[in-house]
Amino acid sequence: MMLADARAQIPELQAFALDSQTDHFWLTRLALACELYTPMVTLADPHSILLDMTGCFHTLGMNEADLTTDITHRLQRRGMQTRTAWGATPDAALALALYRRNHPHELPVEALQLESDTHAALRRSGLTTLGDLASRPRAPLAARFGTALPTRLARLLEEEDPHITPLRMPAPVWVEKRFPEPLALVDTLLDVIRDLAQESEITLTERGQGGRRFAVSLFRSDGHVAQLGVDSALPLRDPAAITDLFRERIASLADPLDPGFGYDMIRLAVPHCEKLEQGQPKLTEQADRPDPRPLLNRLAVRFGAESIRSFRPRNAHLPEYAAMLAPPDSAPAHWPDRVPDEPPLRPLFLFDPPQRVTVMAQVPDGPPRLFQWRGNTYRITFYEGPERIAYPWWKHPEGHGPTRDYYRVEDTTGHRFWLFRHGLYGSETDQPHWYLHGQFA
Amino acid sequence: MSDSSVLFSSSCGKSVPSTPHGRTALGVAQADEWLNGGLRRDGLHEFFAATRDDGGAAMAMALLLAHLSRQENRPLIWLRRGITLKMQPYGPGLHDLGIDPNSLILLQLPDWEALLRASTDCVRHGSAAAVILEIQGHCPLFDLTASRRLTLAAERSGTMVLVTRHQVQPVPSSAHTRWEVAAAPSMPLPANAPGLPVFDLRLLRQRGGRDGLHVQLEWDREQAVFRTPLLRSTSAFSAGRAADQRRHRAA
Repeated sequence: MMLADARAQIPELQAFALDSQTDHFWLTRLALACELYTPMVTLADPHSILLDMTGCFHTLGMNEADLTTDITHRLQRRGMQTRTAWGATPDAALALALYRRNHPHELPVEALQLESDTHAALRRSGLTTLGDLASRPRAPLAARFGTALPTRLARLLEEEDPHITPLRMPAPVWVEKRFPEPLALVDTLLDVIRDLAQESEITLTERGQGGRRFAVSLFRSDGHVAQLGVDSALPLRDPAAITDLFRERIASLADPLDPGFGYDMIRLAVPHCEKLEQGQPKLTEQADRPDPRPLLNRLAVRFGAESIRSFRPRNAHLPEYAAMLAPPDSAPAHWPDRVPDEPPLRPLFLFDPPQRVTVMAQVPDGPPRLFQWRGNTYRITFYEGPERIAYPWWKHPEGHGPTRDYYRVEDTTGHRFWLFRHGLYGSETDQPHWYLHGQFA
Repeated sequence: MSDSSVLFSSSCGKSVPSTPHGRTALGVAQADEWLNGGLRRDGLHEFFAATRDDGGAAMAMALLLAHLSRQENRPLIWLRRGITLKMQPYGPGLHDLGIDPNSLILLQLPDWEALLRASTDCVRHGSAAAVILEIQGHCPLFDLTASRRLTLAAERSGTMVLVTRHQVQPVPSSAHTRWEVAAAPSMPLPANAPGLPVFDLRLLRQRGGRDGLHVQLEWDREQAVFRTPLLRSTSAFSAGRAADQRRHRAA
């Protein structure tokens, strides 16, 4: 029917353009709100949300009928029309809801979602429902209608469970608390988080792990879900410390939490865990010397975890790749041994990118005598070099970059620099450029 | 053993023999006498780079003093404005200088306000042996009030605060000592290779003490001590001349 025909029949009809993107966005929001019931939630076509309720009824304290009523009631309050169905496999549940049947045997053959020719052929053979197909041997069916049919059939008849891939991967460790009456006070929120952190501590201790990231989901009774996340600088499982981080986080929120009519459930997830073997020392053990970790965690919450860095060596040939800044780790890094009785051979600061300088040397492949940088001239009194660092040709067999000749130099006033000539004179280039790559103490 | 001591484990503390409690000796008798035994470990010390090229020397001096003051495996925290700087700290260079890179925590902050707030937090917490602030260029936020706040926090928590300033004239502050740091010519190794790092230090101000100390210190990584560069006819002469030249240039 065209819109004009429909308008002719019902003059007061309102028409809206189809906006599948917004529909999808809305559906995703509903799906995330369904994490209230189970962490295994995903979207399916057409406009469906699949919940894997395996093992969740006990914690919910509901049965299937209660849950159906609860979901339908909540969605109807928001003006949504729903169809629900239960199935032992996701495909069966989806098809039962779609075709409004009560048993998989009653489903029409179209539920198989094969090509329409196949559906027509099945119907012509007198096989109109899945019940007709169920009792037949599968091998002849596969030979006649293709191998997809037995697979789809098995899934629809609840014989094979492909399991769903959840929208968000459940965290390795998560704990939750449900409230018989919605919790409407933000003040008590931190007490709840502390309780949850205590529960998570037990699991984390058993696994010998600590969390680097903690996420709290606040499920409001009207379906809104607020997410709060904190990053810690070091693996953590101490409930008091975790609560402190969330206190800091809540205090620094741009718009404060709005509990509305209250929270139904609060979940604490630990999506990122790392090894943390020993028990954490309690505050009482270190009365005179505070532990730096709470400070680092607090700074991570306030300024972002990426602002806290530690030095790590890397097994790389080029100087700029031989070290990196990484998040702090509980295992101390092993640095290569120093050359004994030598002054520092690597600079304290590295220029990124290397600074182009003009150099005068007696011979083109000789040591530098003088260089100019930022408008100043530096006369070189002492030098050591070259230390030849080749382009890592073993990693890039086809592309061969210039070789670098590094010189450790000191000027008349005592400044010590690290210069390199980019390219071997004669064999690689006729006019090698010079760069300042670092400054020594 | 707690995790924190695994995290920040390294050899340290052996280099501070028989100094008065709570002071870090420079290891050179003349300077330590002048400073009543060394730099206060619960104080704020400022290091001004003498010229534009001495930022590295000032930073190295602060890092080495922090390293010498380190006890009980407490970490060192280095705060800098991370994004805009072309000079990046280099782990192998720190290691070569004799500072354990594992003992250092680098905080890269977006602006001066964040840097000062974070530094106050670090100093008040008292878990770090030293907090080093790298402040490059003009920073109106780091005024007398800000430095007073840090000084009080340092005295209360027993944390050493080291502030390095590049490319800026000294401004009033409540620092216990204020130094001008420049790189000085080293004593060359055989074949005229640059030798151990040498620093030229001038004491511009000492709270409750005399200023005007001028000393050259050579850092010996193997012994983990500062010492006076050995006298040699030619290089001592050239060192003096170089220092004079620099003074002329600065004037």
